Amino acid sequence: MAKITAFFLLLCIIFFSSCYNTFALYEDQVGLMDWHQQYIGKVKKAVFQTQKAGRKRVVVSTEENAIAALDLRHGEIFWRLILGVNDAIDEIDIALGKYVVTLSSGGSVLRAWNLPDGQMIWESFLLGSKPSRSLLLTPTNFGANKDNVILVYSNGCLHAVSSIDGDILWKKDLAQNGMDVQHLVHPEESDTIYTLGIGDTQFEAYVISVRNGEVLKHSNMEFPGGFSGDLLLPTSDKAVVLDSSGSTLVSISFVGGEIKFQKFQISDLQGYSGVAVLLPSKLAGMVAVKIDRSLLFAKVKAEGTLEVVDTVPGVEAVSDSLTFADGQTAFGLIQQDGGKIQLTVKSSDDWKSHFLKESIEVDQQRGLVHKIFINNYVRTDRTYGFRALIVMEDHSLLLLQQGAVVWNREDALASIIDVTTSELPVQKDGVSVAKVEHNLFEWLKGHLLKLKATLMIATPDDLAAVLQIRLQSAEKSKMTRDHNGFRKLLIVLTRAGKLFALHTGDGRIVWSRLLTTFRKSGTCESPRGLKLYQWQVPHHHALDENPSVLVVGTCGHNSDASGILSFVDAYKGEELNYLAPTRSIALVIPLPFTDSTEQRLHLIIDAEGYGHLYPRTPEAVDIFQKELGNIYWYSVDINNNLLKGHVVKKNCKEEIADDGYCFESSDLWSVVFPSDSEKIIATSTRILSEVVHTQAKVNADQDVLYKYISKNVLFLATVTPKAMGNIGSVTPDDSWLYVYLVDTITGRVLLRMSHHGCQGPVHAVFSENWVVYHYFNLRAHRYEMSVVEIYDQSRADNKDVLKLVLGKHNLSAPVSSYARPEVMTKSQSYFFSHSVKAVAVTSTAKGITSKQLLIGTIGDQVLALDKRFLDPRRTLNPTQAEKEEGIIPLTDTLPIMPQAYVTHALKVEGLRSIITIPAKLESTTLVFAHGVDLFFTRLAPSKTYDSLTDDFNYALLLLTIVALVIAIFVTWIWSEKKELQEKWR
Amino acid sequence: MALMNRTMTILLSLISLLALCSILPSSLAFASGSSDGYTINGRVKIPGFSLEGSGLEAKASDVKVILNSGQQVTFLRPDGYFSFHNVPAGTHLIEVSTIGYFFSPVRVDVSARNPGKVQAALTENRRSLSELALEPLRDEQYYEMREPFSVMSLVKSPMGLMVGFMLVVMFLMPKLVENMDPEEIRKAQEEMRSQGVPSLSSLLPGAQRSN
Repeated sequence: MAKITAFFLLLCIIFFSSCYNTFALYEDQVGLMDWHQQYIGKVKKAVFQTQKAGRKRVVVSTEENAIAALDLRHGEIFWRLILGVNDAIDEIDIALGKYVVTLSSGGSVLRAWNLPDGQMIWESFLLGSKPSRSLLLTPTNFGANKDNVILVYSNGCLHAVSSIDGDILWKKDLAQNGMDVQHLVHPEESDTIYTLGIGDTQFEAYVISVRNGEVLKHSNMEFPGGFSGDLLLPTSDKAVVLDSSGSTLVSISFVGGEIKFQKFQISDLQGYSGVAVLLPSKLAGMVAVKIDRSLLFAKVKAEGTLEVVDTVPGVEAVSDSLTFADGQTAFGLIQQDGGKIQLTVKSSDDWKSHFLKESIEVDQQRGLVHKIFINNYVRTDRTYGFRALIVMEDHSLLLLQQGAVVWNREDALASIIDVTTSELPVQKDGVSVAKVEHNLFEWLKGHLLKLKATLMIATPDDLAAVLQIRLQSAEKSKMTRDHNGFRKLLIVLTRAGKLFALHTGDGRIVWSRLLTTFRKSGTCESPRGLKLYQWQVPHHHALDENPSVLVVGTCGHNSDASGILSFVDAYKGEELNYLAPTRSIALVIPLPFTDSTEQRLHLIIDAEGYGHLYPRTPEAVDIFQKELGNIYWYSVDINNNLLKGHVVKKNCKEEIADDGYCFESSDLWSVVFPSDSEKIIATSTRILSEVVHTQAKVNADQDVLYKYISKNVLFLATVTPKAMGNIGSVTPDDSWLYVYLVDTITGRVLLRMSHHGCQGPVHAVFSENWVVYHYFNLRAHRYEMSVVEIYDQSRADNKDVLKLVLGKHNLSAPVSSYARPEVMTKSQSYFFSHSVKAVAVTSTAKGITSKQLLIGTIGDQVLALDKRFLDPRRTLNPTQAEKEEGIIPLTDTLPIMPQAYVTHALKVEGLRSIITIPAKLESTTLVFAHGVDLFFTRLAPSKTYDSLTDDFNYALLLLTIVALVIAIFVTWIWSEKKELQEKWR
Repeated sequence: MALMNRTMTILLSLISLLALCSILPSSLAFASGSSDGYTINGRVKIPGFSLEGSGLEAKASDVKVILNSGQQVTFLRPDGYFSFHNVPAGTHLIEVSTIGYFFSPVRVDVSARNPGKVQAALTENRRSLSELALEPLRDEQYYEMREPFSVMSLVKSPMGLMVGFMLVVMFLMPKLVENMDPEEIRKAQEEMRSQGVPSLSSLLPGAQRSN
């Protein structure tokens, strides 16, 4: 019998240990907990490729330095390449009908990409003498033998490049006389090109042979009035430009190098007022002049005179001219009235007729039309149809065809500035969510299919059905709060000033709003978003109210530009209130107090150092007044190498503001770094919302260490001025990296450590009582990561039992920055293979689960690295006790296990930041990584010890129980029979 | 006289430079000089990986070559070659990023004095390279492999163990009972009758007593 009990116990142990299943991703689990979205950014230029049969596509270059080929039918990405951060794309074109040619990096890099798959074919580096504008010309007919020349003007030089292999055929320096070359013209069927440019007062033209770059003719002519703005080229032999007064159009004829000016007064026109601007659109035989809100179209006649054709009001965008079959040319223009877009495609030859006039409803949240590109297609009845690609104010891309929006891309999401989260509404009894709920039968069917899959008796159809059920689980995309806290709203602020709410379950857009305060206006020239804060998080007594977020922005790029505050409902996306323009915003401090409606108090520090309290209610002031003198903040002045601490003291004097919400601060301390030997390059602090479970850390030898946990410790890194540059610009001997830990209340420097022969960039993450930072070691020529842990020595003698009994311990003493406790730091460094773009740390609800570092590598992947690998107590030969505690033997390099990439086989192109959000389930943390792409997943750093996994097979459990019950009955009947037989005997 | 000397040295250095430049094309052009920087040329070799862009999931267009953690980013040409232009003299770091392969970062010395010199080393294992040909150190498998179905895995699962335990109780228990002393069985049966329905808790002390 004892044997049986032992067996039973063993069974229990096995049962529980097998619940503790391993947690690396299997390939068929992709998409269960994670989602990945690809974007390209705001489109700068677009080239259509629709001539040939096959897949119709459009090639675009974007402000995120992406080149992408998009499917014209659905807007999907065929291929996409993201160039380097400093490699902005200037021009894009298609050469030879099969290569995409891009000019980037200020005109110094010319690349050709294979049109079908995006493979780079060749790359040329074009050297020049001085920066200039970049022009790209891919002529189509130079005659039979010169078919493959690309002409590039950049950095003051004209280059002829072979489009087959990228060889530079010849190069001509045109930069001598300060002329701004604005056009390259290739007259049809000739082997010469014109380069046209204007100086301040003169027009200049070169006639250059395409064959060898020889200057055939050089002519220039003074224009007494002087020029302003850009030169336009309506036909291949005439240019048009505005004079310096902005009231006269000058048409310039330069055929054969003979220059002739002809003036045309705009001011003579009726109703003319304001400033005239030449629109840079390339229209065939026409120029468009923007005066006020209306557009004036003028035709350039053969003799060089200009004739006004029409004035069109309310034009938002004009496309370039498009030449299609039998030499017809057309261009598109967009007039907009709120959400209604009127697209007109006009013929440039005959103004009265138009090919197309359509009115299209577009979501009002997309703002104004910024750009339009048109393309034609042949309808089934052999007439010409037109499609238009439009770029909106919110950076989205829309294809219009046959009076409707065929597809749209929300490319604002490629440029996320800040992210915050919001809980979803609580599921209420009257609210129907039935349409997403399964009935019991379907549930059982799903599990039976799963069971079949487990027992390997499923057909491929069944397997596909199982996968489908798992991927489209309605459970994960419901619009209500869940028990585990996995479903949330990610509220993201984009560079376009548009706010999106994404569902964490499947990444869909729940709502989006183009904030009116973040749109360009007279009072706010260049608005841009800065930060998002949780403004109102209803908990107990305000559950009926919707949560809201605070969007903080600024009107300009200077520190004293006026600020923008906007309050947005997190469930509906409505702008509840806004304050714009307000005082400048240097810093926003979310205070740890909320008022009776659960609005969080925020103190906004302006450029002069005054604090302004929000929300503007007397209640908020009352709460704040009680804590006056306890509100500290610090400022890092990178230019002056200064670290300063401030305290909010009293109300402002009346002359500054007499509203009662303004508070004055005074300087408490400052740390000055000698600017000849140190430059601040990075800072990092703990995330305010981080939860720490325990302060004590018990060693293997039953020794207790107390973590020094303070919210007010700042990590700061400085380098010697010589080491500010890139890798390769400094020798190890001249380069020092210093790291500091500074208490931001008292200015006390807790630690200063130097790394000789090291340089930045430094990426640091601060959590609990440790900081991990990544930097470059020039001596080893490898990247390194260091960990520093801080322990509180003043509590170290608390382990005396007698003292604990007598109550003489100081465990319950409040943590105060003024206490100046003795601290002890431990540190260790390791090599790390990759460059790093971002570092973050997992955060969980209670802080019990062990931590993982999330490292965004240069390859745009996110690696999860256990904090145990960065433990200063690691030694080469840990003792048995230390091993039991989980200390890993010391190695010089941090391991990179491919299974530890949380992004698995995906890339988050252009990775900028990683955000972790605790779920309600303690074991689990939500991870959101964004760059040009978005990636979201769920992580369990210590495995899901507190719940069964998604693929737990309930059907198998049920089946087993049923089998057991049957077995009990069978045995019972047997035993009854046996007993009866015994009795008869 | 001093002036003369200086012009002489300039001339000499020019000549030597010219000579070096003329040697360059014959040796492997690794770093070549230009007006304000040098060019680093190299190639990426991935075994079993078609660079010509066949239908494989990994394409050469997915490979990025990165200089000094993002100062310059370039792509591979169809033959696997890449180049960085306008690189100042100094010691640089080149990284190759592609899904599915792990490449060691490479330190590259671009020397101002002798621009033809090859100086490259893998930083992971300090192996120096004679030419800048980068090969992956290892493949990267991002997914855990599913173990093939086996009877053992089913048996080892909690449900399997429960069923197993049940079978043991059903078939082995009677055998155990048979091997027992008949007197003891009678004793136990009497005890059972006196207690009514047998339960595990009542069996355990009885078992202890029997030992």
